[in-house]
Amino acid sequence: MSVATPSVRSLSGLVARPGTASTAVSAPVKIDVDRMNFYYGAKRALDGISIQIRANLVTAFIGPSGCGKSTFLRSLNRMNDIIPGTRVEGTVLIDGQDIYTPGVDVVELRRRVGMVFQKSNPFPKSIFENVAYGLRINNMARSKAELNDRVEESLRQAAIFDEVKDRLHESALALSGGQQQRLCIARALAIRPEILLMDEPASALDPIATQRIEELIYDLKKTYTIVIVTHNMQQAARVSDHTAFFWLGRLVEYDRTDRIFTAPAEKLTEDYVTGRCG
Amino acid sequence: MHTRRLEWIIERALFVCAALSVLTTAGIILVLAVETFEFLREVPVAEFLTGTEWTPLFATPRFGVLPLVAGTLLVSAIAMVVALPMGLLSAIYLSEYAPDGVRRIVKPVLEVLAGVPTVVYGYFALMFVTPLLQRVFPQMSGFNALSPGIVMGIMILPLVSSLSEDAMRAVPRGLREGAYALGATRMQTALQIVVPAAFSGITAAFILAVSRAVGETMIVAIAAGQQPRLTANPFVPLETMTAYIVQVSLGDTPQGTLEYRTIFAVGMLLFLMTFGLNLVSTWLRERFREVYS
Ligand SMILES: Nc1ncnc2c1ncn2[C@@H]1O[C@H](COP(=O)(O)OP(=O)(O)OP(=O)(O)O)[C@@H](O)[C@H]1O
Ligand SMILES: [Mg+2]
Repeated sequence: MSVATPSVRSLSGLVARPGTASTAVSAPVKIDVDRMNFYYGAKRALDGISIQIRANLVTAFIGPSGCGKSTFLRSLNRMNDIIPGTRVEGTVLIDGQDIYTPGVDVVELRRRVGMVFQKSNPFPKSIFENVAYGLRINNMARSKAELNDRVEESLRQAAIFDEVKDRLHESALALSGGQQQRLCIARALAIRPEILLMDEPASALDPIATQRIEELIYDLKKTYTIVIVTHNMQQAARVSDHTAFFWLGRLVEYDRTDRIFTAPAEKLTEDYVTGRCG
Repeated sequence: MHTRRLEWIIERALFVCAALSVLTTAGIILVLAVETFEFLREVPVAEFLTGTEWTPLFATPRFGVLPLVAGTLLVSAIAMVVALPMGLLSAIYLSEYAPDGVRRIVKPVLEVLAGVPTVVYGYFALMFVTPLLQRVFPQMSGFNALSPGIVMGIMILPLVSSLSEDAMRAVPRGLREGAYALGATRMQTALQIVVPAAFSGITAAFILAVSRAVGETMIVAIAAGQQPRLTANPFVPLETMTAYIVQVSLGDTPQGTLEYRTIFAVGMLLFLMTFGLNLVSTWLRERFREVYS
């Protein structure tokens, strides 16, 4: 298909004013990315991404498969570091600090920037130990009781406690795909990060669990900054305040969610959200 | 038509090859079983398995296999004390820490180490390691369990390391990412997530290594001595099951005698031990595969 690549002018113009004319404009910038390029070996997967993600809001990333949403999300907690041959250019600031400068404590960064992965990845341990793991390694529970409480609280938040409360000490691998995904959400919540990156957290969930996760996201944004990747347009429209539309490794448009879905500035965005392409 | 006929011939030929190796194995086991049966008609099983003296070539022969078993276990235990921790650590390093370049060099080098003929290891133990150890332990005799044990440990180290590394690398990357995302360090991820996730594979590697050690012949035949002795002392000469079989095979014991049959009885016991270990190892690896395929 012949789609004109949006001009750099319009791109930077849009990026410069996310959330304009909304209440959200007052929210402080939590993540500030400037002209970021990302490479898998010689292959450039992200091209000149500039975006300001605001605190205590939900930002949705949408775009067709392979456009770089996961890659971008994973570069926000340096998860791509462990893939050999990857490289980042440009700057990524979190709370004003460049997370890619030498000397940054990556372990500490990831503690603050939690992540739920596209593919659920419970540890081959018990359900309880999956959630307790982050608390243990970060010495976040001073007593057995506190550990139990926080595990239970996290499982409740992730809308899975009732299903597993009678088998907390059985293997997490015996859970269904959707349950595993919610367990991974609980695991991420347990250590109370400041930012929560969620890569298609609801893609394996039934409508009821999805709704509970969406309610959870709504509750969580009081205390967390949330970035969520989703292929579900309705979901993006329901849960997010801001939406960023990616296309072939570029950020095409970034704006208030209602505008993205009702009056996008780019033809490409409109075609995508109305299902005419991608 | 022509190619189909050719394929038929090839298929048959391959079948014959496969059948031959199965038949050979079956034949070996059969011979072992028959000779062992003959042996056990003259020596009661209880005496064979629980007797503490092994003197089949003496005027008043005793057929208690325990000294040989103990010798085998002692040398194997020493080998495992060397091979397990070092093998596991090197596997952790190779799988979790080493950059690709290092791994590409170290892995083949380790495999070369596994290709050194065991007779070389045997003389290495006798001529080099034993004199070295005697400087530290002057009471140690020229033949002993410690030196061949250590050298055998070095010999099976590549096996332990390579198989453990395979098991650890089979752990999906997503699992490591899950740990990193919770603020785990590399060390925590390796020890608390990857090693437990690869546990059955690593155990399988260990068991296979034990089985290799139990069945290893040349090193002990050369460096451990030929004196069946029920002892846990690593400094004195002793004899393992394999070394005994070599000793009798090389001697002039006439066929068909009871002395001659001892090597089959000992061989059968050895076979059962390594076979059992291999079974457990295979079973563990199968189980491991189920979890992550
Ligand atoms: N480990 C990797 N090595 C090389 N290329 C990769 C790797 N991971 C992703 N890519 C490539 O980078 C591009 C962006 O991939 P990414 O996973 O970020 O897309 P995505 O938008 O998350 O897609 P989806 O919606 O299917 O999850 C794709 O072209 C993909 O093939
Ligand atoms: Mg993705």
